Amino acid sequence: MRPVTTVAASVDTKQTYVADFASSERELGGPEWLRAVRKKAIGHFEALGFPTQKHEQWKFTNLATLLRIPFKPAILGRPGGVVAENLEPFTFGVLKTSQLVFVNGRYAPRLSYLRSLPEGVRVAPLAEMLRAEPETLEKHLTRYAQFEDDPFVALNTAFFQDGAYVEVPKGTVVGEPIHLLFVSTSRDLPIVAHPRNLILMGAGSQATVIESYAGWAPDVTFTNAVTEVAPGPGAVLDHYKIQREAETAFHIATMTVHQDRDSSFSAHSISLGGGLVRNYVHTLFRAPGGSLTLNGLYMTAGNQQADNYTRIDHVAPACTSVELYRGILGGRSRGVFNGNIYVRKDAQKTVARQTNKNLLLSKEAFVDSTPGLEILADDVKCNHSSTIGQLDENAVFYLRSRGIDEEAARNILTYAFAADVVNQVKVAPVRIKLDQLIVSRLPRGAGLGETL
Amino acid sequence: MLEIKDLHVKVAGKEILKGIDLSINAGEVHAVMGPNGSGKTTLAQVLAGRVTYEVTGGRARFEGKDLLAMKPEDRAREGVFMAFQYPVEIPGVSNAYFLKAALNAIRKYHGREEIDAMDFVSLVQDKAKLLGLDETFMKRGLNEGFSGGEKKKNEVFQMAVLEPKLCVLDETDSGLDIDALRVVANGINAMRSPTRAMLVVTHYQRLLDYVIPDFVHVLVDGKIVKSGDADLARNLEKHGYGWILEETPRPPQAARA
Repeated sequence: MRPVTTVAASVDTKQTYVADFASSERELGGPEWLRAVRKKAIGHFEALGFPTQKHEQWKFTNLATLLRIPFKPAILGRPGGVVAENLEPFTFGVLKTSQLVFVNGRYAPRLSYLRSLPEGVRVAPLAEMLRAEPETLEKHLTRYAQFEDDPFVALNTAFFQDGAYVEVPKGTVVGEPIHLLFVSTSRDLPIVAHPRNLILMGAGSQATVIESYAGWAPDVTFTNAVTEVAPGPGAVLDHYKIQREAETAFHIATMTVHQDRDSSFSAHSISLGGGLVRNYVHTLFRAPGGSLTLNGLYMTAGNQQADNYTRIDHVAPACTSVELYRGILGGRSRGVFNGNIYVRKDAQKTVARQTNKNLLLSKEAFVDSTPGLEILADDVKCNHSSTIGQLDENAVFYLRSRGIDEEAARNILTYAFAADVVNQVKVAPVRIKLDQLIVSRLPRGAGLGETL
Repeated sequence: MLEIKDLHVKVAGKEILKGIDLSINAGEVHAVMGPNGSGKTTLAQVLAGRVTYEVTGGRARFEGKDLLAMKPEDRAREGVFMAFQYPVEIPGVSNAYFLKAALNAIRKYHGREEIDAMDFVSLVQDKAKLLGLDETFMKRGLNEGFSGGEKKKNEVFQMAVLEPKLCVLDETDSGLDIDALRVVANGINAMRSPTRAMLVVTHYQRLLDYVIPDFVHVLVDGKIVKSGDADLARNLEKHGYGWILEETPRPPQAARA
């Protein structure tokens, strides 16, 4: 039996968050305009409350456990003693990156390093930017991720202190990936952090950004992250989100992307960790000619829950979106894929493809897959598909008939199922790391040897 | 090498093999021919260990060991190889990875070390040349997007690399054009040796024009109704299966007592 959220419990928890805001509001700070936005946001949060399974967008995910734990805002708690060696497993071997590290949503200068970046490129903690150039941020920060109808975005907007600010000026190509590493940790008290990121890509610019979320059991943590992305005309951005927190972690993340004319954005969301993970990705084509790749892989075991809610808004004509999400579910874990593509009346010449495939490795694992397509234009090419299945026993037999034992055969085929998504990772060291992570999480141990 | 005695097999509750007797010695090539639905593929699959095939009677010994009691992977490691009629496509697993994993699993079973990376490359190159497969092929997903001919070549290629003692070829000629058929037949003939046996299961005689069998058995309705030499296959080609069906079915004959 899963715990049921009672309305009363949910209201109590809501009031705690509202009270926490009141007591930390001064410390949260920020420029005048942001203080006003925070107030508005907490008001919306209070009006909305936490979602229940009666909300269409939260139909398959129960937040009872999250709401029962008395999380303390990171700003009121003590910072954890994270040192560089702790972060080693979360980096990418030989990959040369600039790396910003945030511990419970706060920038950790001693763990971070910037390599030399092309002129005009800015990679900085958001808190610093808010102090130095509040008016630059006002045009963008909180302008993309709508908090009016989303309680978690509202909470983040009210509480965020810090996060990453990435700005790539017009025509500039950043060759090396930028790694944003968010670690969550707690000692005696469960901690909630609200990291906030803003990625601005000038016209014709190009960059790769990796967001990693990591942590350690038995720390009980709640990360409520929001990333706003604005690729300018003709900009190219590859974004990777790698979720590797411990199974004692709760993770809710929202990414909002507003794509300008002819921009190309690709997002790869890899969810391996966390007890409860919810990824909400909302992208919008605001001008013609944009292209979007939205990839996702969720691989869960034990009692993990991974919920992926995506929304692609084709507002402008002649844009292309290709979405591929794959889920591998073992143990008693649960997965959700909820894909929503909206093709507006004027979005002629839209091409939209959505695919969700799920592999169930145990009888107790469960997945809800809801692909969705709403088309109001008439000259479009759109399709969606969804499958849920087990390993192909013909394939298992084929491998066994060549001398490969049954366990290895099943592991190889499970790995191969993930390969469609992983092979699209362009940064080789990241791809290799993901290969290793996936292999190490295969149900009956590793031992697959080299990369397939 | 292989001794099949009074083998009965059911598939989905229906008896398909109704008492097969067949013995094959090292160095011999046996062909099993028969019309559709006679049980040819069932015979091949049951030797490879497909679990959906239920053995209800009889036995099969491979080099004196109880073949039917072994797991499919152990049969492969002992030296039984079946070339599939319909090889499975597995995107995401490269041909190279698959073949190396198979080769090493077999070596490990026999207490040998894993193959050296360079040795593997040169082994694979030699055998690929034999089947006319180009270099990009090893990096492609296992049978992924392969044409019918490429899939069959890949089966024989795997066989060449794994060097089994007993090769079971299930309708390896089906779907091949004449050029591909010649290449595949060459690959098979290159593997004929005094220490290796082959069981070629086929509907048509055309493969047997190139791979000349020592013995031909005709399978009808789950039983071997006639055995002979390569001439029997030629007769079948000329006159079809009709004349055999018209003859009073005789008790099944072992190829060799």
